[in-house]
Amino acid sequence: MSSSAEILSQAFTLGYTYTRSTGPIVGQFLTALRDRKMVGIKGSDGKVLMPPVEFDPVSAQALSEFVDVADCGVVQTWSWVSEPRKAHPSDKPFAWALIKLDGADTPMLHWVDAGDAAQMSTGMRVKARWAEKTQGLISDINGFVPEATTLSEDYQTNEAEEPITGIDSPSYLTYNFTAGGATARYLAELKKGKLVGQRCPSCENVYIPPRGSCAACGVATTDEVELTNKATVESFTIVYIPIPNNPIKPPYVIANLVLDGANISFLHLLSECKNEDVRIGMRVEAVWKPEEEWGYAMENIQYFKPIDEPDVPVEEIGKLKKGGR
Amino acid sequence: MAQLAAVVGVGQTKYKTKRGDVSIAGLVREAAQNALNDAQLTWDDIDAVILGKAPDMFEGVIMPELYLTDALGCNGKPMLRVHTAGSVGGSTAIVAASYVQSGVFKRILTVSFEKQSESNAMWALSNPQPFSPHLNAGAGGYFAPIIREYMRRSNAPYDAGIKVAVKDRLHGAKNPLAHLQLPEITMKEVEDSPMLWEPLRFLEACPSSDGACAMVIANEDLAEQSPGKPAWIRGAAMRSEPTMYAGREQVNPQAGRDCAKDVYKQAGIDNPRKDLDCAEVYVPFSWYEPMWLENLGFAEEGKGWELTMSGATSLLEGGDIPWNCSGGVLSSNPIGASGMIRFAEAAQQVRGEAGDHQVDGAKTALGHAYGGGAQFYSMWVVSSEKH
Repeated sequence: MSSSAEILSQAFTLGYTYTRSTGPIVGQFLTALRDRKMVGIKGSDGKVLMPPVEFDPVSAQALSEFVDVADCGVVQTWSWVSEPRKAHPSDKPFAWALIKLDGADTPMLHWVDAGDAAQMSTGMRVKARWAEKTQGLISDINGFVPEATTLSEDYQTNEAEEPITGIDSPSYLTYNFTAGGATARYLAELKKGKLVGQRCPSCENVYIPPRGSCAACGVATTDEVELTNKATVESFTIVYIPIPNNPIKPPYVIANLVLDGANISFLHLLSECKNEDVRIGMRVEAVWKPEEEWGYAMENIQYFKPIDEPDVPVEEIGKLKKGGR
Repeated sequence: MAQLAAVVGVGQTKYKTKRGDVSIAGLVREAAQNALNDAQLTWDDIDAVILGKAPDMFEGVIMPELYLTDALGCNGKPMLRVHTAGSVGGSTAIVAASYVQSGVFKRILTVSFEKQSESNAMWALSNPQPFSPHLNAGAGGYFAPIIREYMRRSNAPYDAGIKVAVKDRLHGAKNPLAHLQLPEITMKEVEDSPMLWEPLRFLEACPSSDGACAMVIANEDLAEQSPGKPAWIRGAAMRSEPTMYAGREQVNPQAGRDCAKDVYKQAGIDNPRKDLDCAEVYVPFSWYEPMWLENLGFAEEGKGWELTMSGATSLLEGGDIPWNCSGGVLSSNPIGASGMIRFAEAAQQVRGEAGDHQVDGAKTALGHAYGGGAQFYSMWVVSSEKH
C-alpha cells in the first residue's frame, strides 16, 4: 500500500483570445455603439428586441429590421455588487441591472454606477454614460447612471467607417488543479529522483505515470513498483513545429517510451542522437537535471538518450513477461 | 423492434478557412436552413433538435447549445447537445436517428458545426496540462507514432499516404463545398510539402475549416411522403474504449472493429468491399485510409495499403470501392461537423444527390467517424432500399 501523499495543487490557466465574427446583426449593433447610438431589432410579433438578435426567439425567423432605441430607460431589476472583482467593469461597488431602454420591449443587461445601493431602485430611470473613446464593443457604454446625473460630453468621435464584423474575445480561466492521490505520490517520488509506477492487481500490468486505476480492468491500483531509468522506444515522431512558450527547437524527437518493467508508454524527448537514427525498439535512458533543480515534475528528466544495448524485439516492448524483465 | 428512419434532407455550408461573414449562429442556421429546404420542410415540421460539436475550447463559447436555440428554432422543442470529440458529428446523427427509430420523435433536425477560425484548433487540442510536460503537438503529433507503427507492421510503401492525400484532394475538387480545391495536386507536390510530424507531411494532414452540416431524419411514414429520395438508415453503431491502458491496440483498435461488426450485422453486410458501393470514412491524416481499410474489414490486416495503391478507393481511377468521394476530412475539416459530413455524404450518395462526385448507381454506403485518441467510433450504413 502506498503511504498517504501530500496534496499537490497548481494554478492552471486555460485560455485564448478568440477572434469572433459577429455576423451582420450583432455587427450592426456594435457599429452603432461605436457611434454612440443604440439599435434594437423588430421581432416577428412587432416587439423591439434589445440588444438585437439574429433569429426570432419565438418564430425562428431571421430578423433584419433595425429600430433606433433611446440611450436611456428604466431599471427593471438589479443586483448590487459590493465587492467588485478584477473582471468586473468597475472597481467601485456597482449594480448589475436589466435596463429597458425607451423604445425597446426587452431589457438589456448592463451595469449602473449609482455610488451606493441605497440609490438603486426598481423603476428608476437611468441613462448611458458613453466612453470617451469608443471601439465597437459593449464597453463603449461605460455603465449607466441615474438620469439626473450630469455627464461631461467631452467625447472623441471614432472616425472608423468600416462596419464591425469581428471582435477579440479574450477568455482565460484560471483553475486550481489538485493532483489526485496517485499523481501526487508519483510526483513526490519524482522529486526524489525516483520513477515509481503502480501495478494493477488484476492484470499485473504496471502503469507509469500511475493514475490510481487500471482502465482495462476497472480496478484501483495501489501496489507501487520502482522502475529504472532505462526504457525502450515504442514509437516516435519527429516534430517540425515549435511548441508555444517551449524552448525546444524543431526538429525534435518526441518518443513513446516504455520504462523497463512498465507496460504502458509515456511521451518524452529523445536527444543526444541523430534524429534519423531513432527507431522502434531502441534502448534509451533518462538524463536527469542536476538534483537541486528537481521539483514535482517529469521535467526533472531533461530527456532520454540512446544507450549501447541491443534493440528490443517489437513484440516484447511493454509486454508482460514471466518473471519480469 | 426499432422502427425505420431515413435521411430526408441534407444541408451543408461551403467549407473554408474563415467564415468571417457569419456568427456561429449564422453558420449553423445556414446548414439547417439548407437541410429544411432540401426536405421541403419548415421549422414547424421539426419535433426536436440534436446538436453536436467538438470541444468548447475551439470557439471559447461554453455550452453553445444555449445560445443556438434561437437560430435552430428550438422554442418549445426538446434540444440536446452531443459531444464525443472528433466523432461527434457521427454520434450526433446516431442520437437523432435513435430518437426516430424508437418512436419518441417523428422528425428531427440534427446539426453539427465548428468555427475553427475563432481560435487555433491545433493548440486548443494540446494546451499545457498541470504537472505534465508540454510535449503534445496537436492531433498530428499524437497520431504520427501510431502511423509509424502501422508502416512498420504492414511494410507499406512510403508513398501510400501520399497517394491518399492526392486521391482525396482530387475527389474534393469535384465537390464545390470542399474547403481545399486542389485539382492540379500531384504526388510530388505532397512529397515535397513540409514535414510536420514525421512521417506526416503538411499535405497529408487535414485543413482547419469553418463549417456546419445538418440533416433531417424522419420516420418511415414521413420519409415516404418526402418529395426527395430518402436514405434509409440500415444500421447505426457506436463504440468507445479508454485512451490509455496497458496492452491497448492502437493501430487497429478493438472498438473500431467491434463497431464495424455491429453495424454490418444490422445492415446485412457480409463483405464490406463487395456489399457497399462507397464509404465516407474519417481520414484526417492520409495514412488512416489504409489503417481504417483494415479496421473496417475492407482488407486483411496489413493489406489496406494494397487497396489504396491499386486505386480501388479512387472514384477517378474507377475503383470498386471509392472512399471519400466528397474529398473527405483531408479536404474539409470543421471538426465537430466532420463526422456528420461523412454520414450526410454517404446519404447523398445513396439518394443520388452527390453531384459531380456521385458514384454511379450507389445503393448502399458507409458513414464513419472517430474521435479522441481513436477511442470513440460511430458508423452508419444507409441505403436507397428499405430492406
